[in-house]
Amino acid sequence: MSGLLLVLLVALIFVVLYQVSRSSELVASIQGEEKFDKKRNKILAFSMLILFIAFMIGIYACHRYMMPLMAPEAASDHGKQIDSMLITTIVITGIVFLITQFLLFWFSFKYQHDENRKSVFFSHSNKLEMIWTTVPALAMAILVAIGLRTWFRITDAAPKDAMQIEVVGKQFNWISRYPGADGVLGKRYFTNINDKDNILGQDWTDKANKDDIVIPTGEIHLVKGKPVEFLIGSRDVIHDVGLSHFRLKMDAVPGITTRIWFTPTISTAEMKAKTGNSNFTYEISCDQMCGRGHYSMRAIIVVETQAEYDAWMAKQQSYYAQNHPEEFPAAAPQASADSTKDQNPKLTMK
Amino acid sequence: MSNDILHQQEEHKHSDTAHHHDHHHDEHHHDHHEHKQHFFSKYVFSMDHKIISRQFLITGIFWAIAGGLMSVFFRLQLGFPEDTFPILQKFLGEWARGGKMDPEMYYGLVTIHGTVLVFFVLTGGLSGTFSNLLIPLQIGARDMASPFLNMLSYWFFATASVIMFSSLFVSTGPASGGWTTYPPLSALKEASMGSGIGMDLWLVSMALFIVSSLLGGLNYIVTILNMRTKGMTMTRMPLTIWAFLFTAVLGVLSFPVLLSAAVLLLFDRHAGTSFYLSEIFIAGKALPNVGGSAILYQHLFWFLGHPEVYIIMLPAMGMASEILSVHSRKPIFGYFAMVISILGITVLAFLVWAHHMFVTGMSPFLGGVFVLLTLLIAIPSAVKVFNWLTTIWKGNIKFTVPMMFALGFVSLFISGGLTGIFLGNSALDIHLHDTYFVIAHFHIVMGISAFFGMFAGIYHWFPKMYGRFMNNTMGYIHFFITFIGAYVIFWPMHYEGIAGMPRRYYDYSSWESFKQFADLNQMISVAAIIVFFAQLLFVFNYFVSIWKGKKITTPNPWKANSLEWTTPINAGHGNWEGEIPEVHRWSYEYRDNEDGTDYTPQTVPLREGEDGH
Repeated sequence: MSGLLLVLLVALIFVVLYQVSRSSELVASIQGEEKFDKKRNKILAFSMLILFIAFMIGIYACHRYMMPLMAPEAASDHGKQIDSMLITTIVITGIVFLITQFLLFWFSFKYQHDENRKSVFFSHSNKLEMIWTTVPALAMAILVAIGLRTWFRITDAAPKDAMQIEVVGKQFNWISRYPGADGVLGKRYFTNINDKDNILGQDWTDKANKDDIVIPTGEIHLVKGKPVEFLIGSRDVIHDVGLSHFRLKMDAVPGITTRIWFTPTISTAEMKAKTGNSNFTYEISCDQMCGRGHYSMRAIIVVETQAEYDAWMAKQQSYYAQNHPEEFPAAAPQASADSTKDQNPKLTMK
Repeated sequence: MSNDILHQQEEHKHSDTAHHHDHHHDEHHHDHHEHKQHFFSKYVFSMDHKIISRQFLITGIFWAIAGGLMSVFFRLQLGFPEDTFPILQKFLGEWARGGKMDPEMYYGLVTIHGTVLVFFVLTGGLSGTFSNLLIPLQIGARDMASPFLNMLSYWFFATASVIMFSSLFVSTGPASGGWTTYPPLSALKEASMGSGIGMDLWLVSMALFIVSSLLGGLNYIVTILNMRTKGMTMTRMPLTIWAFLFTAVLGVLSFPVLLSAAVLLLFDRHAGTSFYLSEIFIAGKALPNVGGSAILYQHLFWFLGHPEVYIIMLPAMGMASEILSVHSRKPIFGYFAMVISILGITVLAFLVWAHHMFVTGMSPFLGGVFVLLTLLIAIPSAVKVFNWLTTIWKGNIKFTVPMMFALGFVSLFISGGLTGIFLGNSALDIHLHDTYFVIAHFHIVMGISAFFGMFAGIYHWFPKMYGRFMNNTMGYIHFFITFIGAYVIFWPMHYEGIAGMPRRYYDYSSWESFKQFADLNQMISVAAIIVFFAQLLFVFNYFVSIWKGKKITTPNPWKANSLEWTTPINAGHGNWEGEIPEVHRWSYEYRDNEDGTDYTPQTVPLREGEDGH
């Protein structure tokens, strides 16, 4: 019923508006159309000026409102480069934006219809056209140069001392894997996947897998100032590792391993102090549409000191050991890592 | 061909008189039948390009309302994630039990909104309408090269529309993987509900749409190249025609690639092939598919997908050029530069597709090449903007409704075009990809700005279509609400995007990084709803004006030079009653004449010392 009323109301408003506008046209024909048109043209020309001023005030107000809500400074070296490139691009395009928008609205106002004005037949000018072909071309050349320099730096191979962490997406959560003491991520293949005790499909005949640490919540711990490379994969559909605070992202594609690397420069604790937000946390968002739970595909990253990291790492137990406790009779103690505990209740059952 | 049509028309007239003659002594039944035949051939299965253009437009309007309403629904969810809306349950039934939209349906609406606005409204509705209406009228032809294929083109579009619409009613919902429908999500029914029958309907509908687009496009190209009237050299054509020509070329060369993408996807879905699938574990089991590439689909999709944005933009650009010139009473500035820009955009449009894929793990070198080619497109675009500005400079501007929309088009094109420079630069795209920055960019540049070109075109050529004006006052209200609303909705989204807020999220409230935008999202939703109602006002104005609008008293109400205004008001099939007029000059001869007029139509013979262009 209320829906019907709404429709009727809208229809009524339209009819009223229509009648009003019809009557204004009637007024026009009584006043003489030409006179009416002239008056209207003046008002509309003036409104172009008003629109421009309102536009500029709107942009300023929006900026004032938005700035406090923006993400804090970039928390990685690559992020800093991207931020500085962003500023350069905003300045260059901003200048073009202001000039062209101003001219558009100003010309509209200034050259409003005036029957006494003689028409200006100005259909082309090679000089002008050369100018506004070359100037944008030069501006683009600068932006391309800055862009490619940054792009090749970011996509360059990771430094040799970078720690490697595997990040795997699935509907709808992330799984992370550390290489363990041997520093090597063991082989895995999708046919080995088993949601009970092999969520990544690790190949247990590969010895390198035995000490790999798997974290089913996708939580990742990083060391401040130490480069890290993510090896990214997916179990099912395409996902995307979105790291907005580090200004990076990379698709997770089934059947392909993709990589990104960066050096975190601000620890979680420092960021909490900087933002004044005690709940602050680095988040991994899924940035590629992956289905019903896409919007909830979240994991957190903790950036900490080497000492804190070592302490955390010492508490982790390899995924193999967790799932084959019979082979590790001695290694049973406080090992069950806090972060994996709730996800793997079967651990204690076995 | 044209003789045939006229002949047919003659026959119609005969049967008309015969029909009236029979009226008195024939049976009622027979009379009714006769009448229906007439109505069908004139308005439904018409081969008159003018009627077909209206069919495209009205179908486009239907989809614009449907797609707009979908955006209102998902904006309700985005703006008010905590609230429930009984109206949602009314429209969506079980998908919004208790007034709370299901995420599956949210994604379904987002997907269909994108698909229908990009393809059905801004391709079918825009190019289909105006290419059909203006090509024969502005080049001086009685109809398209093949009126029959032209009619088929519409009916394939109509069939595609029916199938797409029906997908909204299947029990597993419409396709819900986003308008790009990337596999494996779209290939596997286990991956989402929308990847069930809804996805098949989406693919079939798109395949039919592509057929429609190809039939139309081939016809436009052939007509422009072969059927220009005497004296209408290529360089005398209005820029609208150049734009339609290159739009058609883009479509004809790129749509088949999308068709192949769709067919391969259908094979992967039903024939057990592995074009896009490899090493997938889903719903508790490992699939047998190995060796395909999910990224292959993205290459195929964007090989159309990027030219597609120019398929949308070029007609809007062409019409804006024409309208800015006519209502500024000044020739378009830099005609040849405009043509070369359109050509440049057309060529480059095929060489930039992978800039949509910078973060798929592509080779950095390849990424670099695509950055270079992508930013090159900024040059012809900039030339066009400067030429438009110079066109109105020192003009004598009449702020008619079409002129307002054309000016709005330029403003929006600048704003949306400049943000493309951010996204085309791969290093920045790493951060901005798939965030609200992208949403803001493409909605402003190929959504709203293309819509403004389309609105400008509708208000400008409405008198040609129906012999009446649309209501001015409502037109101005429509302009101001839409123009201001567009910026209010999309400007702040740039900030959200720079803050990293991902697109296609159903709810942001559990994200520490994005939840601070809740109030803003609410404001955007309210603005979106207001703008939606302003569009209904336009639709109301459109339909009322068909029957009640102020009648035009002269065939050339805007005092324009191009050929369409030399046809009679409400011209019949065949367009000109006598011979097709001969053309002697280009269509931008706006300068003061001795007789006090400030324009010289293309049909006026050259005076002494004049240059025919």
